[in-house]
Amino acid sequence: MKKVTYRNQISKILGISLVVLLLSSFSLIAQEEGPCGPGDAAKGKALFNQNCAACHALNRKMTGPALANVATRLSEDEGLDCDWIYSWIKNSPGKIKSGDAYANKIYAEYNQAAMTAFPTLSDQDINDILAYTAAAPAPAPAATEVAAADGGAADKGGVSSEVILGALVLVFALLVFMLMSVRKTLKRVMEANGVDVESEEISGVPLWKAFAKNQFLILVSVILLLLGGAYFAYGWMMQVGVDQGYEPVQPIHYSHRIHAGDNKIECKYCHSSARKSKTSGIPSLNVCMNCHKSIYQVADATLAEGKKYGIDYNEEIGKLYAAVGWDEENQKYTGESKPVEWIRVHNLPDFAYFNHSQHVEVGKIECQTCHGPVEEMEIMSQYSPLTMGWCVNCHRETNVQVEGNEYYAKIHKELSKKYGVETLTAAQMGGLECGKCHY
Amino acid sequence: MNSFKKIGVVVALVMVFVACQDKSKPNYQYMPNMYEAVGYETYQKVDILPNMQEAMVPPANTVPRGWMPYEYENTLEGKELARLQVSPLDSLQKEANLAKGAELYNIYCAICHGPKGKGQGTLVKREKILGVPSYADVGRNVTVGTAFHTIQYGLNSMGSYASQMNTEEMWQVSEYVMKLKQDLTK
Repeated sequence: MKKVTYRNQISKILGISLVVLLLSSFSLIAQEEGPCGPGDAAKGKALFNQNCAACHALNRKMTGPALANVATRLSEDEGLDCDWIYSWIKNSPGKIKSGDAYANKIYAEYNQAAMTAFPTLSDQDINDILAYTAAAPAPAPAATEVAAADGGAADKGGVSSEVILGALVLVFALLVFMLMSVRKTLKRVMEANGVDVESEEISGVPLWKAFAKNQFLILVSVILLLLGGAYFAYGWMMQVGVDQGYEPVQPIHYSHRIHAGDNKIECKYCHSSARKSKTSGIPSLNVCMNCHKSIYQVADATLAEGKKYGIDYNEEIGKLYAAVGWDEENQKYTGESKPVEWIRVHNLPDFAYFNHSQHVEVGKIECQTCHGPVEEMEIMSQYSPLTMGWCVNCHRETNVQVEGNEYYAKIHKELSKKYGVETLTAAQMGGLECGKCHY
Repeated sequence: MNSFKKIGVVVALVMVFVACQDKSKPNYQYMPNMYEAVGYETYQKVDILPNMQEAMVPPANTVPRGWMPYEYENTLEGKELARLQVSPLDSLQKEANLAKGAELYNIYCAICHGPKGKGQGTLVKREKILGVPSYADVGRNVTVGTAFHTIQYGLNSMGSYASQMNTEEMWQVSEYVMKLKQDLTK
């Protein structure tokens, strides 16, 4: 008996120490020998993210090759030692010019994209980076687990609100049922006591007949009905042609919430022609690719957020790649692109003229003034009614930006003298004249 | 009991009407002929045009308004040649050009390169895009000519910005980049 417990204890201690070893293995690797000498993987990661990650990933081809275990692979497959790596990183153009065979081969393989020289990196820095590339684990399975867990959590949030609603409905149904049964029992009690309920109800004239006899009441109710009808008819007719709240389903789901809200990308980054032209252009796909060449999938947290809306953001990036003809595998454009049929959300009728550059550049009006909190919209929708009353109202209230605009120097002086005011609204500058917008 | 049924019918009707409101479809119009343009509208789908779209790239060998032909090629040699090029903008207007350049830089570049050019823009801080260098990086030796070359053609992971800015604006941004570099190396 004693011996057995003793053995168990040993195995327990062994087990615990194994767990401790596993838990601390990351830091152990960090202090371990790198492929080219001792290196600090944590420091290496920082250096890698700062200097290399624009073109290199660990397990994926980007502008340059994947770098996981690069030193071991180079020495095993190509017979290149660490000195080669040092000299390549510090001066890759020089290495290519010197006629080094592998340097020229990799240069040609990656579309002759030159790697920047990093003369500032010391051998120790490079050792750190190499230690990081050697230590980094393949992240794929862990990532999906996290995503799944997050997705579950998000689902739970959705379910709980539904459960609350369901419970409320149940409580109301119970209340109705209880009231009805109370009424029933009361009736029964009254019948048992001999009180005649029915006769009281039947006695006298039915309500509708009494109503029909009272002509004044009929007149009043007819007038009320007509007024009510006119009110609703007016309301209905006024909303014809007004698309406030219109949110079409776009061919590629694009979230303004993520781009403009979370990542704080300027509106004019993508809608650059709003500065220059009548239309605030839909960005051509090369503008998307400015970032999405590097961002080929979204972060796990973002992916989980997308599940709330029933959207797989990575799939949407795939649609972008298909449309623009980007071969992710080889990091090359195939040249086969097809236009994306975006659906226009804000659309003024042809008889009204509107110019974006005039409002954005000259008037210095924020995009959100008319388009609403776009940075919070998962699906783009029309915020303002875009009716004439809405335009005119803003022209009456908004002061013209005259500072630093010589064009207005003289006009402003004379007009403010004429109206006897300090600041001029757009309306006073002629912003209410029919011909300004309708011609 | 009867009144319950009536209320139920009314609620059901309201629900049906609410359910029919489809936000993904545009509303009706009074006179569509006055709403829809006779001419081709920007980005309109047109059956007879190439790719069935109104938006087209300019014909070959033409120069779009606001853009000037750029003599250097999109190669490393071209970039080295561009290194010595100086800005064609009026040096007497430097202040105004820098102000405009700063405004444009903050729209198009600062999201990755950071407001100070250190490579710490919002996207980098949020770890969406990594490895954006500082302008003061010795290995890159940024000059106004290479800055323009890079904005014009893009470089490695960075795309071309020639579709978002015209030639003058790209020079203004290049000059502002040089100012940022100066401030960084000071």
